[in-house]
Amino acid sequence: MSPEPTKTPTHSGSDAGGPGTTGHEWDGIQELNNPLPRWWLWIFYACIAFALVWMVLYPAWPTPGGNTKGTLGYSSRADVEQQMKDLEVARAAPLKGLEQMALADIPKNPAIMAAAVEGGRSAFKVHCIQCHGTGAAGGKGYPNLNDDDWIWGGSMEEIHATLVNGIRYHGNDNTRQSMMPAFGRDGLLTPAQIADVVEHVRAISRQEHNQAMAARGAQTFAEQCSSCHGLAGEGNKTFGAPRLSDGIWLYGGDRASLTATITNARAGVMPAWNERLSEATIRKLTAYVHSLGGGE
Amino acid sequence: MPGPLKPAPAAPNGLNPNSAFYKAREKVHPKKVEGPFRLFKWAVLFLTLGIYYITPWLRWDRGEFSPDQAVLVDLANRRFYFGPIEIWPQEFYYVAGLLIMAGLGLFLVTTSVGRAWCGYACPQTVWTDLYMAVERWVEGDRNDRIKLDKAPMSAEKLAKRTTKHAIWLGIAVLTGGAWVFYFTDAPTLLRELLTGQAPFVAYATIGVLTFTTYSLAGLMREQVCTYMCPWPRIQSAMLDEDSFLVTYKAWRGEPRGSVKSAEAAPGTIGDCVDCMACVNVCPTGIDIRNGPQLECITCALCIDACNDVMDKLGRPRDLIGYTTLKRDVAESKGETLAPMWKVIARPRVLIYGAVWAAIGIGMLVVLAGRSRMDISVAQERNPVFVVLSDGDIRNSYTVKLLNKEHRPREFDLTVSGLDNARLSLPVSGEAPAKRLRLKVRPDGVDTYRVQVRVPAASIEDEQSEIVFKARAADGDGDTMETTRFTAPEREDDGDQE
Repeated sequence: MSPEPTKTPTHSGSDAGGPGTTGHEWDGIQELNNPLPRWWLWIFYACIAFALVWMVLYPAWPTPGGNTKGTLGYSSRADVEQQMKDLEVARAAPLKGLEQMALADIPKNPAIMAAAVEGGRSAFKVHCIQCHGTGAAGGKGYPNLNDDDWIWGGSMEEIHATLVNGIRYHGNDNTRQSMMPAFGRDGLLTPAQIADVVEHVRAISRQEHNQAMAARGAQTFAEQCSSCHGLAGEGNKTFGAPRLSDGIWLYGGDRASLTATITNARAGVMPAWNERLSEATIRKLTAYVHSLGGGE
Repeated sequence: MPGPLKPAPAAPNGLNPNSAFYKAREKVHPKKVEGPFRLFKWAVLFLTLGIYYITPWLRWDRGEFSPDQAVLVDLANRRFYFGPIEIWPQEFYYVAGLLIMAGLGLFLVTTSVGRAWCGYACPQTVWTDLYMAVERWVEGDRNDRIKLDKAPMSAEKLAKRTTKHAIWLGIAVLTGGAWVFYFTDAPTLLRELLTGQAPFVAYATIGVLTFTTYSLAGLMREQVCTYMCPWPRIQSAMLDEDSFLVTYKAWRGEPRGSVKSAEAAPGTIGDCVDCMACVNVCPTGIDIRNGPQLECITCALCIDACNDVMDKLGRPRDLIGYTTLKRDVAESKGETLAPMWKVIARPRVLIYGAVWAAIGIGMLVVLAGRSRMDISVAQERNPVFVVLSDGDIRNSYTVKLLNKEHRPREFDLTVSGLDNARLSLPVSGEAPAKRLRLKVRPDGVDTYRVQVRVPAASIEDEQSEIVFKARAADGDGDTMETTRFTAPEREDDGDQE
C-alpha cells in the first residue's frame, strides 16, 4: 500500500508550532515544510544549464568510436604536450652555451653547472640507473660513481669520452678497449700461482693475508700483472686497469671473488651513448656524474 | 498580530500553494533611524572600512632586500609581513593560532554580549549597512522606496535605479580592488591596474569580489545571514538565559493598544502602541516582539526606534532593550537587578577569556624568542655512505640554511661528534676543511649539498650521531641540528670463507 497524504497541508504550523507541513503524513509522522528560498532553485537550474553548455563545449560523453570532442577542441593531452614544449624552452635558457663550451669549463660556471646537474640527474634516472642504481652507487660489476676511484678517469673530459664511446662496446670504434687475460682458464697461471697472487693483492690492499703466499705472489704479480696494474697495484687509467691498492672493489676483494677475477677475467660493457642521446644530454650526464663527489 | 492562517484550498497537485517548497523573497525596506546604537554602528562601519581600505597603503621600512609594505601576504615568495613580524610558511602555526583566537574571540563575544559580531562588525553587516545608506540617499526613505518599487518604469525611476546600482558596483569594485593590494606592493599594483598591466589573477580577484560584494550586500542582504551563514546556527547553541539579547519586554508592552485606549481604560493597556517602528527599521524584516529569533542579528536599531517613540509619549525607555532572559524575568517581577558586570563575568566568559589570552600571550612569547636563523639537515640515503680510495668514509647531506634577517649573511658550518671530520662542497674543487663558510641570501633559504669525510679510524659504530652547527660569521646567533653518520659494517676479521 502506498502511503497517501491524509491531512491537508497547513501554513500555520504543525501541532508543535513553527513551519507548515507538506501535507504528508505517514503513521502519524508529519513532514515539516521549511521552504527554500527561490534563488536557491535558480542556482540549481543555473548549474544544470552550466553542465549542458559544458557538454557542448568540452569532451563529455564516451561513445564507441571515442569520446565526444566538444566544439572548443580542448584536449588535456594537447595541453600537456604544449606544457612540455614550454618546459623545454624554459629549460634551454639556463643551459645556453653548454654544448659549445670546453668541458672543463662547465664546473667553473655555477649557473650552467647547476642546471646541467639537474638535467643530468633526470637523464640518469632514465638511462643509467638500470646498472648504476638510482643513487649511482653501482653494484658488483657496475662501478660506484660517487667515490674517488676511477677506472677510466674522472675528469669532465674522461667521463664524457666514456659516455660517448662506451666501454668494450662492439658498435663503436673509439670505445674504451682493454682486455685482461683469463689467467686460469687459458692456462697462463696455475691455481696455486693464482692463490699466491690473490694473497699479494690482499696484501697491497691492506687486507688480512698469508704473508708467505703473498711474497710468492708478488713475484708473479710483477711478471704478469704490473704492466697494466702497476708495480704497486696503483692501476692505470689509460688501459682501464683498476687500482688494486685501495679498498674499492668492482667485483669484490674477498678471496673467492679475486680468484674468480684472475681465473676468468672480467670484461664489463657499457653502451656508447652517442647512439641514443644528444650531445647536450651527454654533457648534462657528464656534469651530474662529475658532481656526485668523485669528480677529478 | 495576524491570527493563524486557515488551510488554503488544496491545489490540483494536492499541495497548498501557500506552502510551496520554494519561497519568494519578501523585500525588506528598512526605515531610517537615529540613536546611540545607530551612532555606534556608524562608528564601527567607519573604523572597520577604514582599516580595510587604508592598511595596504601603510609602509614599514625593512631595508633594501625586503618589501616595505606594512601588511603584506606575499604568496609568490611565501612570506607574510605584519609590521615588524614576518611569518614563514613553516611558521604557519602563528596564523593557525590567530584563527583559533578569532574563533575563541567570537565565542567570548557571543557569551558575554550576545551576537555583537553579527550586529556590528561582520563584513556582511558592514557592507549591507553601507549599501542601504546609498540606497536611502538615492531613492529616499522607506515609504519613498516602497512607492518607487510599485511605480511603473519611468525616466525618474530608471535614473534612480541606475544611479543606485552604479554606486553599488563602484563600491563593489573598490572592495575587490582593496583586497588585492594586500598581496603585492600596493602602489605598483595600482599603477598596473590603471594601465591594464596587472596580472590576470588581480583582475579576476577584483571581478569575483565585485560580484560577491554587489550580490551579497546589494541583493542578498539578510538572506546571507538567514540561509547561508552557519554562525547564527552555532550561536543558537551558545546562547542561554544569561546571554544579552535584544529583547521586547512583553510583560511591559502587552496588551498593545493606542494612546487613546490607554487613556480610556488606564491599567489595562501595555506600553506598546503597536506603531510598528521597530519592525520598519529592522534590516532583516522581522518583528522583535515575537521573541528571540534566528534572523535577529541584534543590531539594536529597534531599540533606538522604540526609545524614540517612548520619549515622545513620555513613557519609560527600553521597552525594547538589551537584556538577558533572566534579567527580563527578574525585571518583570520588580526584583532588584544584579549589576551588569556580574552577568558578564560568568565562569564561561572568564574561561573563554582566559584561554583566548593564554593563546595570545603564548604566541607573543614564542614570537619574541624565535631564532633569526635556522638549519635543517637531511642525510642522503642513496647511497648512505661512500668508501673512498684511502679508506675514508663519506656521507652527503642536504643542508638548508635559513636567514630571516633582511640582509645577506654568512654562516660558518662545522660538524662535531666524529674526530677529524671534514666538510666540503662537491664541484667546488676545494679540499675538505673543518669549517665551511656559506653565503645565505637575505630573508631566504639557501640549500647546499655538503659532504662529510671521516677517517675510518674515527668511526666505531655503523651509526654515529653527529651535530651540524651553523654560526653566523658576524657572531650574531647560532643554530644546530643533530643527524647521523653512517659507515659500512666493520670487517675487522676479514673474510671468513
